[in-house]
Amino acid sequence: MTKITFITQDNESIIVEGNSGNVMELAVQNKIKGIEGNCGGVCSCATCHVHVQPEDWDRVGAPSTLESDMLEFDDHVSEYSRLCCQINVDDTIDGIVLKVAN
Amino acid sequence: MTEAASNKTCIVIGASHAGVNFAFALRRNGWAGEILVYDSDPELPYHRPPLSKGYLSAQDNSQLDLLFPKENYESENITLNLGKKVIAIDKLLKTIELSGGSKQGYDTLVLASGARPIVPKIDGLQGAKNVFSLRTFGHTVGIQRALLASVNKRVVIIGGGYIGLETAASLKKAGANVVVLEREKRVLERVTAPEMSVFFKDLHHANGVDLLTSKNVISIENSSGVSTVICDDKTSYEADVIVVGVGIEVNTELAAQAGLELENGIKVSTSAKTNDAHIYAIGDCTFHYNQHYKRYIRLESVQNAVDQAKVAAAAICGNEVNYDVIPWFWSDQYDVKLQMVGLSQGYNNVIKRIELGNEKCQSVWYFRDDDLLAVDAVNNGKAYVLGTRFIKGKQILDKSKLKDVSIPIKPTSFLLD
Ligand SMILES: Cc1cc2nc3c(=O)[nH]c(=O)nc-3n(C[C@H](O)[C@H](O)[C@H](O)COP(=O)(O)OP(=O)(O)OC[C@H]3O[C@@H](n4cnc5c(N)ncnc54)[C@H](O)[C@@H]3O)c2cc1C
Ligand code: FES
Repeated sequence: MTKITFITQDNESIIVEGNSGNVMELAVQNKIKGIEGNCGGVCSCATCHVHVQPEDWDRVGAPSTLESDMLEFDDHVSEYSRLCCQINVDDTIDGIVLKVAN
Repeated sequence: MTEAASNKTCIVIGASHAGVNFAFALRRNGWAGEILVYDSDPELPYHRPPLSKGYLSAQDNSQLDLLFPKENYESENITLNLGKKVIAIDKLLKTIELSGGSKQGYDTLVLASGARPIVPKIDGLQGAKNVFSLRTFGHTVGIQRALLASVNKRVVIIGGGYIGLETAASLKKAGANVVVLEREKRVLERVTAPEMSVFFKDLHHANGVDLLTSKNVISIENSSGVSTVICDDKTSYEADVIVVGVGIEVNTELAAQAGLELENGIKVSTSAKTNDAHIYAIGDCTFHYNQHYKRYIRLESVQNAVDQAKVAAAAICGNEVNYDVIPWFWSDQYDVKLQMVGLSQGYNNVIKRIELGNEKCQSVWYFRDDDLLAVDAVNNGKAYVLGTRFIKGKQILDKSKLKDVSIPIKPTSFLLD
């Protein structure tokens, strides 16, 4: 099981567990406020925007061109922004902390 | 607060993007009573967009893209009544009637009944085997089975709108031979500028799909399992599978029978209320006012379904919010992502950009005089995001700069000096 901690805009910290699918799906299942996943996870809506903790960045990895284009001019962008529907849930990200951007 | 009363019942007709998102939003807004959601579709509510995209080309379709897992309905105490069709509303008694005759009372009713595919009047269409629309999971499964069972895998798609084109791309990927027949002079005529139509026509040709325009289908002849699709210019196309994607019509029968105000859909206020104080309507079935474009519109999009759902939920719980958004939409075909924002209707000039060194990265900017109305972005998230910002902010742009592709797309690139 991969553990992920979400920190919402209200500063609520929620630890969730999963072993398949993508991080957006896991967030929706666990009703994480601010993650909607309106496009179903195809990098079209940016309703799944998170900020990765700097120390976790290398494990999570950089976004694709399509994804970074969506993020670059987003009002809430940071240098550690990702659209979490584009992050797979697997061992490599066990223990990461994601701050919900919206 | 009345909405906190736990003895109230909210009934939702339709368990898709609008109805389901509404049900969860209603709980979030503090509704303590019952939430009963009805849908004639037996499947646990799912995302529709993948039906014509990834889902149709995938080999293994055991996993539906669910809107929410089953447990979430249970934990939020949302009762899903699937495979149940609502056949009447009695707005005086405040009850609905199910096929089979049972009745259920409501305090608040929400119509999220969406739309259904139009069945065009084409001779022989009714009797033809292997003719499918594409709106539900059942349709997708039907198309896949028919394709699997056919040897020649010849697919004819009637209609070159988004669903027709996505279906063409997906079935091509799944190994079919695909012909698209569009009645108008160009594909996507209803929704994009000619520049975009040309782009998509070329894209499909490059991928080996026969995309034909000015093809008005008048009849289908069937013999021994193979259909022949005949156009009014006397051309004909053989098909093992036919997919019809010529648009949708709104499910308004219940609303009409209940005497709700109709006009190109169920007419609602900016808080999603119908002309009956206890009945709301959301999603594809509504005809609603857009504050930015200052007119009544009907949309067919996930964005509208989800956003209107939130507005209705808040309004029902006494937190008035106004529906005020810029519509957006996307379409995925092959390796191309099209993202659209705004409403281009009424434009009188466009600017097209092809980014330097990347001809698959394009955008079309629609203006009425100097007002930016809409942007279509192809593999171009930057144009999409900034287009959204400019439209929302009613930003006047320097068109000569926008035209100049040596100036990259940046927040301040196209502002007037
Ligand atoms: C193949 C396909 C691809 C699409 N791609 C995109 C896309 O890429 N991007 C995008 O934004 N949008 C896309 N759309 C459009 C999007 O899916 C719709 O806008 C959205 O589903 C609208 O949601 P809705 O809940 O308002 O209506 P619907 O999804 O139409 O749902 C209405 C529901 O009500 C039920 N219902 C109706 N009447 C009754 C009754 N009397 N009793 C019980 N149940 C009833 C129906 O069974 C249905 O499940 C696509 C649609 C299709 C079909
Ligand atoms: S869910 Fe839409 S971009 Fe991630």
